[in-house]
Formats: sequence, C-alpha cells, structure tokens
Amino acid sequence: MVAEVVTAVLTTMSGDLSATETTLLGEVAALGRTIAAAKQEIAALRVDDIMDRDIPFATDELDAIVQHTAVATHAILESCEMLDQAATTVTGDLAATLQDAVTKIYEACSFQDITGQRITKVVTTLKAIEAKVSQIVTTFGVPAEPRETSAAAPAPEGLLNGPQLPSNAMDQSDIDKLLASFG
Amino acid sequence: MAIDKSMNVLIVDDYKTMLRIIRNLLKQIEFSNVEEASDGAEALSKLRTGNFGLVISDWNMAPMTGLQLLQEVRADAKLKNVPFIMITAESKTENVVAAKQAGVSNYIVKPFNAETLKGKIEMVLGHA
Repeated sequence: MVAEVVTAVLTTMSGDLSATETTLLGEVAALGRTIAAAKQEIAALRVDDIMDRDIPFATDELDAIVQHTAVATHAILESCEMLDQAATTVTGDLAATLQDAVTKIYEACSFQDITGQRITKVVTTLKAIEAKVSQIVTTFGVPAEPRETSAAAPAPEGLLNGPQLPSNAMDQSDIDKLLASFG
Repeated sequence: MAIDKSMNVLIVDDYKTMLRIIRNLLKQIEFSNVEEASDGAEALSKLRTGNFGLVISDWNMAPMTGLQLLQEVRADAKLKNVPFIMITAESKTENVVAAKQAGVSNYIVKPFNAETLKGKIEMVLGHA
C-alpha cells in the first residue's frame, strides 16, 4: 500500500523533486515493500495454529507429565513406607542397609516437586509467547493464509505420536475390548 | 543440648509429595508428632491454635507464600520465637536475604538430603 502510494507520487512529481527527495521517497517505498513482505510471512506462519493448537497442546502435554510423575512418585513412596516399616522388624546391618536405602529413595522422590516447578515455569513462558504472538497479529492485522496441511502435526515417518493425554487415551481394558470386538 | 523430639512440628507445602517425604524423613530422625498444612493460611491457623516447637515451610505457595507466613509468625507475639526453617527451590541471593530479613531461622535448598535436614534442625533447635 505504502509502496503503491509512493510510486504514484514519484510518477506524477518526478520532474519537481530533488535527487535527495527522490532517494528518500525510494527508501520509503522500499520500507513499505518490506512491511508488506513481513505481513505475508507472518500470515504464512499460521499464527492461529500456534495459539489455538500448538501451545495448548504443549501445555496439556506438560500438565500430563506432572500428573503422571505425581502418581508414580506416590506409588514409589507407598512401597518405600512399607519397606521402612519392614526395616523396624529386623536388626543389625540389614536394618541399617534397609534404612539407608529407604532414606535415599525418599530423597530422590523430591525430583517430582522440582520438575513440577520447572514445568510450571515452562508453561508460563509458553503462555507469554502466546500473548506476544497474539499482540503481533493484532498490530499487523494479518489475515491467516488458507490451511494447506491437516490439523494434527504429523509424526516423523515410522514413529507414533507418543503417549496420548489421559483424556484422549484408551486404557488397557479399552484396548482389550477393541481387540475382542474383531472376533 | 538434647533436642526434645516429642515436640509438635508443622510442615507446610502445597505439594503432597513433599509433605509425605518430609514427614517420612522426620520420622526417621524420630520426630513423630508432625502435622501438615498445604498453604500459608492453613499453617497460620494451625500455629495460632496449636503448640508447635518447629515450622518447616516451603516458599512457593498460594495464596499465602512461605515468606508471608514467616512474616506473620514473626509479627505474632505468641509465635515470634518459634524456629522456622524455609525449604525452597529458590536459591537466589535476594530470596535468601529476604528470608533472613524476615527472621528465618535457617534455609534449605531443594533438592536436599536427610542429612541436611537433620543438620539444620539440630542447628536451629540447638539455638532455640
């Protein structure tokens, strides 16, 4: 748009402009073309996909990691508490060895808290990126280009998409039922 | 000075896993009267109605953080002398300084081991 206006001005006024003014208007025209190209590139990025699909997908996956590790950690702790109790029924070196091993498991289980906090930070960062992308789109007023690919991001050839989120996943009994349905 | 291990200890953390780990570690060093709170507000309520000889609190909690809990404890005439150990993943200098200025008795950085917990408790209760 800017480039077109400048070109029109240059065409009608070329005889009345100094060399400096012509150069300046040429620079403005080039700037206009750069902005137009940037808008096209942003549209090609499919920013609505980033906001509507990619970032929510990533945050859901991270939430699922926290949930799975929490469940696993509680199972480990439960077994550990049983060992702790069993350690009180023996004496001597065995008791000390058991106690030491149990203590080390308790200590190691604190990983769940640390990883949970780190993942929360990553989720916060992703949400900040989402907000910035949204701001850029609003500022440029870029319409999205037509979608060319399927909605789901394809997995690399030969690979599965990894574990599903619990809300989308089938458990073993669902799988067994499905297999049984084939007769 | 011998430490009275029958005292009531309040542990505060919004992660159930950490509460469970700390409780078990305390049990191993023979502290058996351990109560739990999942945030600062619940902890303050328990502290005001109970009789605790030690508080071990996480920092990152909502709506009341461990630092705010510490400030409330130190501003309370009945609680101001209760030993208070902060356990947190935040090991930045400014965090440690803020906790010290608020009157923390000692500070443990996650991840920690049983030996560190035991050592800090002995240090804090030895000076109480």
